[in-house]
Amino acid sequence: MPKVEIRSESCKSCGYCVKFCPKQVLAIGDKVNSKGYEYAKVAKPEACIGCKMCGVICPDAAIEVYK
Amino acid sequence: MEKIYARTKGIRPDVVSGFCPGCMHSTVIKLIGEVLEEMNIIDKTVAVLGIGCCGLKMEYMSYDNITSPHGRACAVATGIKRSNPDSLVYTYQGDGDFASIGLAESVSAANRGENISVIFINNGIYGMTGGQLAPTTLLGMKASTAPKGRIAEEHGYPMHMCEILNQLTAPCYLERTSCNTPQNTLKTRKAIKKAFQNQLDGKGFSMVEVVTNCPTNWGLDPLKSLEFLNEKMLTEYPLGVIRDNG
Amino acid sequence: MKRVFMKGCEAIAEAAVRAGCRFFAGYPITPQNEIPEYFSRRLPEVGGVFIQGESEVASISMVYGAASAGTRSMTSSSSPGISLKSEGISYCAAARIPMVYANISRGGPGVGSIQPAQMDYMQATKASGNGGFKMMVLAPSTVQEAVDMTFAAFDYADRDRNPVLILCDGVIGTMMEPVVLPEMKSDEEVAAIKNSKKWAAIGHKVDYANRGWIQPGNWSTAIMQQGNEEAAVMYENWQKNDVQVEHYQVEDAELVMVAYGISARIAKTVVDKYRADGKKVGLIRPITVYPFPYKAIENLNYNQVKAILDVEMSIPAQMLEDVSLAVKGRCPIETCLCSGGNLMKKEQVMDAVAKLI
Repeated sequence: MPKVEIRSESCKSCGYCVKFCPKQVLAIGDKVNSKGYEYAKVAKPEACIGCKMCGVICPDAAIEVYK
Repeated sequence: MEKIYARTKGIRPDVVSGFCPGCMHSTVIKLIGEVLEEMNIIDKTVAVLGIGCCGLKMEYMSYDNITSPHGRACAVATGIKRSNPDSLVYTYQGDGDFASIGLAESVSAANRGENISVIFINNGIYGMTGGQLAPTTLLGMKASTAPKGRIAEEHGYPMHMCEILNQLTAPCYLERTSCNTPQNTLKTRKAIKKAFQNQLDGKGFSMVEVVTNCPTNWGLDPLKSLEFLNEKMLTEYPLGVIRDNG
Repeated sequence: MKRVFMKGCEAIAEAAVRAGCRFFAGYPITPQNEIPEYFSRRLPEVGGVFIQGESEVASISMVYGAASAGTRSMTSSSSPGISLKSEGISYCAAARIPMVYANISRGGPGVGSIQPAQMDYMQATKASGNGGFKMMVLAPSTVQEAVDMTFAAFDYADRDRNPVLILCDGVIGTMMEPVVLPEMKSDEEVAAIKNSKKWAAIGHKVDYANRGWIQPGNWSTAIMQQGNEEAAVMYENWQKNDVQVEHYQVEDAELVMVAYGISARIAKTVVDKYRADGKKVGLIRPITVYPFPYKAIENLNYNQVKAILDVEMSIPAQMLEDVSLAVKGRCPIETCLCSGGNLMKKEQVMDAVAKLI
């Protein structure tokens, strides 16, 4: 099963990954990182299809995808 | 499990970029790193950085780079490339750098067919200095030095660098792309790869103009900046291949 | 030694090629056009690169790039063109990039005149760009000296990782004289010099700490200050180790002229004339105008020296300020000046000396 990993320290909470995930796997979380950003979280891991769109659109290279 | 999307070696593993949330500078820098890694040429690459937000790149990227005087990136790249043809040399410049203060250097390098690659970031505004009018600012778009917005009679019209360079005989490849969707981001990646391949093949001047955003100085949050980019910027700056002699 | 008859500008270019210069970018401006013209013929013969840039600003940036890639590189211009290059010169100094440039200076300010002058002294020695950096500034008074200085300038530049300026008035640049040229560095030597510059930005294995990183500035003020402190130490060391000055008939002189470049050569003729009449006239000639030979002037015997005569092709006088710093009010300093492209006349200097002895 594909898996998305978010490097929480690199995330700036822009929301692009959430917007472009075709399966609504991702969401903006309620925890903040050391810079004060509410980093993205994997809300529905079981829905991930490993399309990498989140990784591609993420400006900050905060997302890695496994399959 | 196999990693199918990894952070590129072209950016430092332990560093968070200095760019604002949602800024596509970060995206393009990441894409450049991915392409260099994929082409296995990172160890012969020199990035020539323009002045402005482009300079934030030097701490974020992992390989050789030189900061050029404002606007002179194409001239600096010319010096490096001509004296060291084995290096892959690309410039990374914003609209103020490439299209305003560096217009002479940009057009002249293109006209010489200099065997370099230009990654031109067009976000329609001066970012680092705080949102001043750029040559690419849209009509009606407010800037900190154009409080009533760009007025054609006073400021002239947005400059289309791909089309201007397309008047010259020498350039090999001119394409305008964006990073507003994953699809367009992948197209930008492909365009960057082509620009680098052209250089490796000795085909001369290639430029990829990436239409991007500046959430901070546009005064919009990242997602709203995407809407402005889609509706306004891409209307003024339509995407596509302007020239391909590669 | 074989002597050849060469124009100053061309001799400078040939000396640079022999020193291993393999990149030149420049832009036309009188009276230095023979330098880029000569390089355009000569560099391709030795596998070098000549580019006529779209402007002075672009040319110095090209040199900044080529030198950052480790290649011995040069540019040249004349006064107003040097002002345009000041941006790139400051970048080279800030990033500690070795580079040599020549100013075949003409009358100023502004576009001035195309005739020779010495009106860029302050710009050359005090502020060739923003940020308070310094360079070694060598001022030839013969074509032979221009050749020798240009050849040596590349070594100074590489030693210090700093720009070096050949401050050459239009007379030296445009006149022809017999010269002995230095031996040409072999291709192997030129390659070895380039390869020794491990800091060059030409591509490295991905390794943040050891990458080629040419930084004409830094986000960290601490790093900036450290760099400036290191540069300041280097400038002080020049004052200790690298001052070059010629003393001519100074030992028993009661009147000492101070002059550099072509003015010094004219002043020397005047010394000879007066010495023939038994008059105790001498000359101190700064060869490096930066570092300036303060000590040579400071250490004169002011019980013996009755007056100093500052001879320059500049109005207002510029070197005068450095001379004053060294004299410290111990004797009167008079000036003998011309400007705007007018050549210093021997008679003018003769008259100025006559008033003081």
